[in-house]
Amino acid sequence: MAVKVHSPGLSTTVQDLGRPGYYHLGIPISGGMDRFALRVANMLVGNDEGAAVLEAVFMGPELEFTAPATVAVTGGDLPPKVNGEDRATWEAFPVKAGDRLSFAFLKSGARAYIAVSGGIDVPVKLGSRSTYTLGALGGHEGRALKAEDELPVGKGAGGKGAVPANLRRGPGNPAELRMLPGLYWHRITAEAGKQFFADTWKVAPEADRIGYRFRGGKALDFVPREQPFGAGSNPSNIVDACYPYGSIQVPGGTEPIVLHRDAVSGGGYMMLGCVISADMDLIGQLQPHAPARFVEVTMDQALAARHDRQAALQRVRAHLGR
Amino acid sequence: MSIRFSFGGDEHIFGEVSEGMSLEAFFTSLSMTNAVREAGIKGVTEICPANASFQIKFDPDAIKPDDLLKELKGMEAAASKSDASLKTRIMEIPVFYQDPWTHETLMRFRERHQDPTKTDLEYAAEINGLGTVENFVKAHSSQPWFVSMVGFVAGLPFLYQMVERKKQLQVPKYLRPRTDTPKLTIGHGGCFSCIYSVRGAGGYQMFGITPMPIYDPNQQVSYLQDEMCLFRPGDIVKWKPISRDDYDAALEAVEANRFEPVIRPATFSLADFNKDMAGTNAKLMEALHGR
Repeated sequence: MAVKVHSPGLSTTVQDLGRPGYYHLGIPISGGMDRFALRVANMLVGNDEGAAVLEAVFMGPELEFTAPATVAVTGGDLPPKVNGEDRATWEAFPVKAGDRLSFAFLKSGARAYIAVSGGIDVPVKLGSRSTYTLGALGGHEGRALKAEDELPVGKGAGGKGAVPANLRRGPGNPAELRMLPGLYWHRITAEAGKQFFADTWKVAPEADRIGYRFRGGKALDFVPREQPFGAGSNPSNIVDACYPYGSIQVPGGTEPIVLHRDAVSGGGYMMLGCVISADMDLIGQLQPHAPARFVEVTMDQALAARHDRQAALQRVRAHLGR
Repeated sequence: MSIRFSFGGDEHIFGEVSEGMSLEAFFTSLSMTNAVREAGIKGVTEICPANASFQIKFDPDAIKPDDLLKELKGMEAAASKSDASLKTRIMEIPVFYQDPWTHETLMRFRERHQDPTKTDLEYAAEINGLGTVENFVKAHSSQPWFVSMVGFVAGLPFLYQMVERKKQLQVPKYLRPRTDTPKLTIGHGGCFSCIYSVRGAGGYQMFGITPMPIYDPNQQVSYLQDEMCLFRPGDIVKWKPISRDDYDAALEAVEANRFEPVIRPATFSLADFNKDMAGTNAKLMEALHGR
């Protein structure tokens, strides 16, 4: 069984739940930006939740199946069609050998997850099938899909069912990204800290799997200091350090960048803290120009939010009888 | 030295050994991360040493953030007293300084540079008071460098110059980062040099290029079949200036997969280095050249 790629979409990559354990070498975890949507897509087609799927950004690919399978599309609202006929998102549907899967225009969100029963069976690299395009590692030949690629698919029993809207999640308007201040937060003035949370930001066009840049808020004022040896002369510079996933760096104090699943592992810009694990999925569904605010939380609130997300996933499992 | 700890969201703990860079701070950070690895703490998923800091990623469902913080604080006293010495490797990296590819790239991004009328090397030579590019290349390549961090992108080494602080070369990063850097560019920002392992964005000044691959996701390069990434923290590097002809010959050898890098075992002790830098570096050169 295979999937033939007739057109690749804008940037479609193979992703699973990622490749932990190599960040100390600069190799990031990768994997689906919206993990919840990826897991649910797999559940719908009867796969393990961490099987490899296709992550399509803004625009869907056109695919052909060489054998019967079950397919599900979750995440952003990218309506699927089989041989030109509409199918629902967040719902399993069958395809036959020779069927063509295409997509209408994206209605909301940014990334869709296309799961096929059996999972996309590209070779496992360092424990994962996820594509890390910057390092040309994993996925299909270490890159986004191109026309005429052919992707192997594993054997799967298939699944059925649908996930109603009340069990899904998307970013609000503006999106509220909860963050725990820390790391180099002390480098900015108290006034700048207040302003950072008060401002409404907009996603900049430079938004990808490495990180999301935000614009439109006020530039940060730094607490004056003599720059430490080796850091560089700009007040936003630090001696190059590790960057956590979700960390918010502000080069030059102007435009915050939130690092995501293909993060650069370190560098020389100060960070204000991190977006909490529970809200990382939301970032993957933000389009350029989407408004967003950062909301301050404590560690206890971050852990409570994390448990809420786990409970939400558990409700989907229960609904699908898994 | 007291480590400043901070949580990075609900999945990371960051430890800053020192705001400023020094090999003392590097060794304390390395000792901390070694201690965490040896302790085998349940829930710890990534252990990342950096130049003068480190980061631990963990699963807060497996260990409470405050409990992990307590464990790390308990390791601090031992780590700051540990013997700062290493069994390591010294390797020679050929560098074609002032190559046409980084030159073409830096010309495309002049408006993001401090001094658009000069090349990166001319600017670096001037602000370090060395006058000419030739003098700068000599200062850059005559003494070894210490790998104090691996990261940014896959396998990229950050290198710290093994000379007295007042002789260390310092150059600011570009005013705004470039969107392109040739693969295997030798860069420099702050007090650190680096080798860009892949093509991509970058803010460091560009001095030259090496023909020697340092990252191979396909694990085909003869010396990268076991590990995709060549460098580890603690490795020591000596730059070897080469000509265009040398570069072309080395590249041909790389393409035929018969390029053999010069990599030799070496030992390093920070106490010995601080006592006698010239003597320590001379011994490293003996180890490199097998004399």
